Amino acid sequence: MKRPAEKLIEALLQLSGWLTLGITFSVIGVLLVNAWGFFSSIPLLDFLLGTRWTPFSEQQAFGMWPLLLGTLLTALLAMALALPLGLLISIYLSEYANSSWRQVARPALDLLSAIPTVVYGFLALVFVTPALQFFFPGIERFNALSPGLVMGFMILPIITSISEDAMRSVPANLREAAFAMGASRWQVAWRVVLPAAFNGVTAAVILAFSRALGETMIVSIAAGQQPSFTLNPTVAIQTASSYIIQISLGDVSRSGTEYNTIFAVGIGLFVLTFALNNLSYWLRNRFKQIQA
Amino acid sequence: MNRQFIKMFEAFDRFGDWYDRQKRDNFAIYGLVFTLFVVSIVLGLFVYVSIAGFPRLGSRFFSGYASRIPEQAGILPALIGSLWVLVLVFIISFPLGLAAGIQLEKYVTNTRWARLLEVNITNLAGIPSVIYGLLGLQFFVRGMALGESVLGASLTLSLMVLPLVIVSTREALRMVPNSVSEAAYALGATKWQTIWYHALPIAFPGVVSGVLLAISRAIGEAAPLLVIGAVAFVPFSPASIFDYFTVLPVQIFFWATKPQASFLINASAAILVLLSLTLLLNLLAVRIRERWHKRIES
Repeated sequence: MKRPAEKLIEALLQLSGWLTLGITFSVIGVLLVNAWGFFSSIPLLDFLLGTRWTPFSEQQAFGMWPLLLGTLLTALLAMALALPLGLLISIYLSEYANSSWRQVARPALDLLSAIPTVVYGFLALVFVTPALQFFFPGIERFNALSPGLVMGFMILPIITSISEDAMRSVPANLREAAFAMGASRWQVAWRVVLPAAFNGVTAAVILAFSRALGETMIVSIAAGQQPSFTLNPTVAIQTASSYIIQISLGDVSRSGTEYNTIFAVGIGLFVLTFALNNLSYWLRNRFKQIQA
Repeated sequence: MNRQFIKMFEAFDRFGDWYDRQKRDNFAIYGLVFTLFVVSIVLGLFVYVSIAGFPRLGSRFFSGYASRIPEQAGILPALIGSLWVLVLVFIISFPLGLAAGIQLEKYVTNTRWARLLEVNITNLAGIPSVIYGLLGLQFFVRGMALGESVLGASLTLSLMVLPLVIVSTREALRMVPNSVSEAAYALGATKWQTIWYHALPIAFPGVVSGVLLAISRAIGEAAPLLVIGAVAFVPFSPASIFDYFTVLPVQIFFWATKPQASFLINASAAILVLLSLTLLLNLLAVRIRERWHKRIES
């Protein structure tokens, strides 16, 4: 027999389940409603195909490509550091390291993701950029390279933790079979475990990439505020996320097409990360099914 | 597309072949070097920030307000603001996340519905924080007319960290042995009694550890707060949840983007304070989780 109080509690629990769905719909709703104001005055194709983003100059142009390229550029630079480093570290931790050292190394790596991103941004600006300028004097004070590399360290723990989990859950009998055939430890790691864990590793990489696309503070501090249609990592650029921050901080009147750009840019960012997150989730689930 | 994939795999293979031809497998050493490289960079960061920021850490720094003169500027309003946020995010996200976690783990029976909710939570966890800022701006700051207040900020951050709390609640509940619930059912307990009096007390440290991690995320976050309108110059400490606010990460952002070098010292000092706070919460969470794992496994 359920008491009335319990029915109430269960209703509240049900409500909290609905709430999580409500948040997603609110995000989509807020973005769509406010971007509507933008897209009703700017043709969608101009936004999707334009290569100039100058909302505040005399000749207004609202092409998203400069911001998209800036976002992709910093995220790709981050991946260029985090992918090889993360992959090698997770192979090492899963196949080579002994368990006591692993228990020290893993939390230490995970600490990288506990550091607030504004701290990473500060480091990129006052430490990494001057260091890069010392070696390559042509680099501007604000550039894509320095925040990109620093972002690589930020997303490293995502790759190491998820792909190490994936590698460690590869069944032991696969390894034993390979060892029995005379394979070396390296051969087992590279030719047996890595291919078997491929979906899990890919899921980790995609998730890390998506995190890098949405990362805001590092690029706001160190990448500059110059929307440029370029893939040159040594000059100032602007990403979608740092554009939103710039407008939020600036004294643009809080209505009108110029202000509503942040919601249009927000939709772009949302769609991109949403697609990647779901791809990653799907791959991880498929990985679990293959194992089962 | 497929051809590129095949090329990628061939590159992988060639790397494997090349490595096979090496005389000895030194990967144990390479891996160690890479890992130590990354870990030492983290340590280097702490050392650098400590050296740069330590001289500024004095009573004036902790009791001062924002100022044009770096030597006189302090973090009092930011520190109080961060503590407000810490407490409020705890109060808001803990019950909500716990409830949703229990609901998902114990009550959802329809598998399709369960899949939908699970996918949804994974998605929520993946939404960039700056977009939560846009949500908070339209929903709390304007929609509910909370303005640029401590409460608006805390609600926004609570939504952002909610998925973390939900996921850790579910994991904690899953760790509870089935025999516990079965024993309770056998004695005639209702479902809710079983959860509340038997499963949850065992799972509780795991839940708390997840909440602590979530809070440490929330107090380090600046992007959504900049979007909802955190201000650079707060001449007083927020005294109620409806006051204007600033928090440590926002203060660090404003100091770091100033051109004068001596503000960078302020930024380093504030980073030192923020890092101590987040690392303390993190360590606490990890310790609680470890002790709890040991107790459950025994």
